[in-house]
Amino acid sequence: MNTADEGHDHDDGHAHPHAEIGQSTPPGYYEIMETAVRELLVERKLIGADEIRRQIEVLDSRTPALGAKIVARAWVDPDFKARLLADGRRACEELGISFYDDTGLIVLENTEKVHNLIVCTLCSCYPRPVLGLPPDWYKLKPYRSRAVSEPRAVLAEFGTIIPDDIEIRVSDSTAMVRYLVLPRRPEGTELYSEEQLAALVTRDTMIGVVPATVGSGSAGQ
Amino acid sequence: MSKLGIVLAFGEGAIFHAGDNIRISVRSPIGHYRVPTYLRGKAGTVEAVIEPTGIDNEQEGYGRNAGKKFHYYRIAIPMTEIWPDYVGSPRDGLRIEVFETWLERI
Repeated sequence: MNTADEGHDHDDGHAHPHAEIGQSTPPGYYEIMETAVRELLVERKLIGADEIRRQIEVLDSRTPALGAKIVARAWVDPDFKARLLADGRRACEELGISFYDDTGLIVLENTEKVHNLIVCTLCSCYPRPVLGLPPDWYKLKPYRSRAVSEPRAVLAEFGTIIPDDIEIRVSDSTAMVRYLVLPRRPEGTELYSEEQLAALVTRDTMIGVVPATVGSGSAGQ
Repeated sequence: MSKLGIVLAFGEGAIFHAGDNIRISVRSPIGHYRVPTYLRGKAGTVEAVIEPTGIDNEQEGYGRNAGKKFHYYRIAIPMTEIWPDYVGSPRDGLRIEVFETWLERI
């Protein structure tokens, strides 16, 4: 699957020349293995091309906009928030978001006393059903190793300074459960509609590397 | 036995509970399992029992997907327990889900 476009802003409003999109280097070991295994599975009729395309469509249908909707709903609806914190997956399913990978979901609430951060030190476990594909930096070793050993330094590099009287909790995703950070609702948003609130909630706020602010997200552009 | 007189099968009920003190085992079995090396031997507490139960991933790694089912537990470990020279608040901590077979009561 091609994820090279991730994080690339196509709505920046100005035309700029693009390098031709093409395979410029020979495929690597794992790329060749993936192609070989996929072709074998299709050839033996264990899976079909339609199933592969369908799964790509499933993944493409999951974006941080879903997570933002969940967060905004939790900010305006205390009963929903309580259900979300009690059983993240079930509350998301209420909104029609399916968990195609059969993972559980624990939603971690940021408060004035606790700041949550998520990571997967072993690979790239990520709440894909609600956020889509993870950013590249989330999958790379510097973030994966440093988020659990010096989270305050990592957060500072994202511009997030957490005072020492706020406890940092780093959740390392490993097996059955994925995590989603419920950021704090920014001050001064009392009159915002649910849709306006959702526009403040970016992917990074739900990983826990930045707070949600009135200037963040599509609302700040 | 519960109030209804229901007897649970072995492995069906959680054997650790919130607040229990545990240590993550120091083992290096062959195969695929989901316990990061940096946490083996570290002491922590059970924060919550995670439902539902899951297949033993040491068995699942060998394709034995009908293996025993046990609980995962959300484990809280202080950062200072993992990194003696940790820089930050002493209350900072790590959370991780660990399969029952990797936990030792202390």
